[in-house]
Amino acid sequence: MSDPTLLEGPVVQTRGLTKRFGGQNVLDGIDLTVPRGSVFGFLGPNGSGKTTTIRILLGLATATSGEVEVLGRSIPKHLPEVLPRVGALVEGPGFYPFLSGRANLHRLDAADRFVDPSTRRARTDRALERVGLSQAADKKVGAYSLGMKQRLGIANALLTHRDLIVLDEPTNGLDPQGTREVRHLVHSLTAEGTTVFVSSHLLAEVEQICSHVAVLRAGRLVAQGSLSELRDAGQTRVEVLTPDPDGCLAVLTRLGLLPQRSTPVHYTPHAGIEAVSAPLPDQIAPHTIVAALVAAGVRVTGFTVDQMGLEELFVALTGEGFDVVQ
Amino acid sequence: MSSDTGARNAEQRPASGLVFLASELTLLFRRRRTWALLLALAAIPVMIAVAVRLTSGPPSGRGPAFLDQITQNGLFVAVAAITVAIPLFLPLTVGVVAGDTVAGEASTGTLRYLLVAPVGRGRLLLVKFTGAVVFCLAATLAVVLAGTLIGAALFPVGPVTLLSGDTVGVAESLLRSALICAYVTVSLTGLCAVGLFISTLTDVPVGAMAATVVISVVSQVLGQLPQLEWLHPWLLSQYWFGFADLLRQPIEWSSFAANALLQSGYVLVFGALAYGRFTTRDVLA
Repeated sequence: MSDPTLLEGPVVQTRGLTKRFGGQNVLDGIDLTVPRGSVFGFLGPNGSGKTTTIRILLGLATATSGEVEVLGRSIPKHLPEVLPRVGALVEGPGFYPFLSGRANLHRLDAADRFVDPSTRRARTDRALERVGLSQAADKKVGAYSLGMKQRLGIANALLTHRDLIVLDEPTNGLDPQGTREVRHLVHSLTAEGTTVFVSSHLLAEVEQICSHVAVLRAGRLVAQGSLSELRDAGQTRVEVLTPDPDGCLAVLTRLGLLPQRSTPVHYTPHAGIEAVSAPLPDQIAPHTIVAALVAAGVRVTGFTVDQMGLEELFVALTGEGFDVVQ
Repeated sequence: MSSDTGARNAEQRPASGLVFLASELTLLFRRRRTWALLLALAAIPVMIAVAVRLTSGPPSGRGPAFLDQITQNGLFVAVAAITVAIPLFLPLTVGVVAGDTVAGEASTGTLRYLLVAPVGRGRLLLVKFTGAVVFCLAATLAVVLAGTLIGAALFPVGPVTLLSGDTVGVAESLLRSALICAYVTVSLTGLCAVGLFISTLTDVPVGAMAATVVISVVSQVLGQLPQLEWLHPWLLSQYWFGFADLLRQPIEWSSFAANALLQSGYVLVFGALAYGRFTTRDVLA
């Protein structure tokens, strides 16, 4: 590799990325950093600006302001050098319905001047095999199901070795089997040294395959980091079930917590048993709380430590309900 | 990291654009629509020849130019058919292909994948324009070839009397037919550029096709109005019927040259507009 800058540093970096459409900011000051070698989950509800961001990264649209670097090169200035190293599935597959799956891939491969035409057939066959389309390769795409088109779209991203693969909603239209295959595929791509950028509105999907996550809401980045960092950011709470709530409140307050009576999460108590809960600061070990309660003569029926799940965090970050935020 | 798997030669000289042009032409001629258009064009001389054959009588002197010569010499079928096809049928088929260039890719969703592949936007326009011009040539050839064949099949073939009164042999007259193909193809390149530009304005191919055809019709209507005589030298369709000058002895090349100059002007202006528009717009389809 003659140019080492393509192989170092973050794969994607944006600073203050902003896009205005019809008088409103669709993207508002996005600072995105995608570490090399990561599986990066780009989460957000419908209409939060995920696809717009991807379009700008790929040079399909231009940013109103802000800087964009992909593979260490400024975009859109260096698109011709960057794009051959990037494979993408953007906003659903797009193919000529009157051509077969294989002919469609040949066409897109012919459009890339930086690949070797003599290996075209072998590479398309390999890509079709990786997405499980070998059997349907010679059928016209017009006869494909949505899931098959989606697979073909992923195969297009795999036509040659890429340093970055962008998959916009890759499991759209796929059956559970197909979803699992995509997960395996992403793992095998990472093993080959490819960074994978996956956008999704499905938290479960991202949680299963990603090492890093960014969460977008209404054009703003509301969280970003490794999956474990984000998990840790979720608040930890303790909950005590006790027939002596007043004593419990006193003890917890003395320990420096901010307790309050609450509706029990874990156990429907018998009459007379109430729940007290409080956020747990890092410096207090949970077992010292139990020891203090027992020492003070507070009867403890139940004691639990809960971490806010990623699901709750996601909902807390992006809001609940079906309303498209704008 | 072994990022080079042998498939990529990014550090080397990139392949020439011919691979993609070949792919574009393959795509064009793999479409049933293209063949339907060419067949429809080829049907024009066939219909003319059959109609004239069935109603053999003294020349009426009416109808399109060259129609009356057909019964004496089958080689005139091609010329009569081109005369019939130029005002509407040829612009119609060219409008379909030229209007589809960019908007068609946008509507199938393939435009974004071509651009990400990556095809530079300028290169995509150039290849699309070349494809449309190749279609113009194919369309003209379809009319002339079908006309020559059906003419030879239904009527006597012999030395051709030209508009200037001179007579040329069959081989020479076939050469003149080839020149007519070249002339008509050149005549349509301006319309291709207009269609290409309109096609960059929309993601709806049918709209771009219709607009391109409308422009060719408007140009001809304006060309009919004597009040707009000052405008006529600038009209896209000004020299469309000038191919008849190729049927003189010696060949009158001035209309060929004037036509080529006018058409290249249209190609430059609308090519530049298409480039300006397409390289700065967001591809959202």
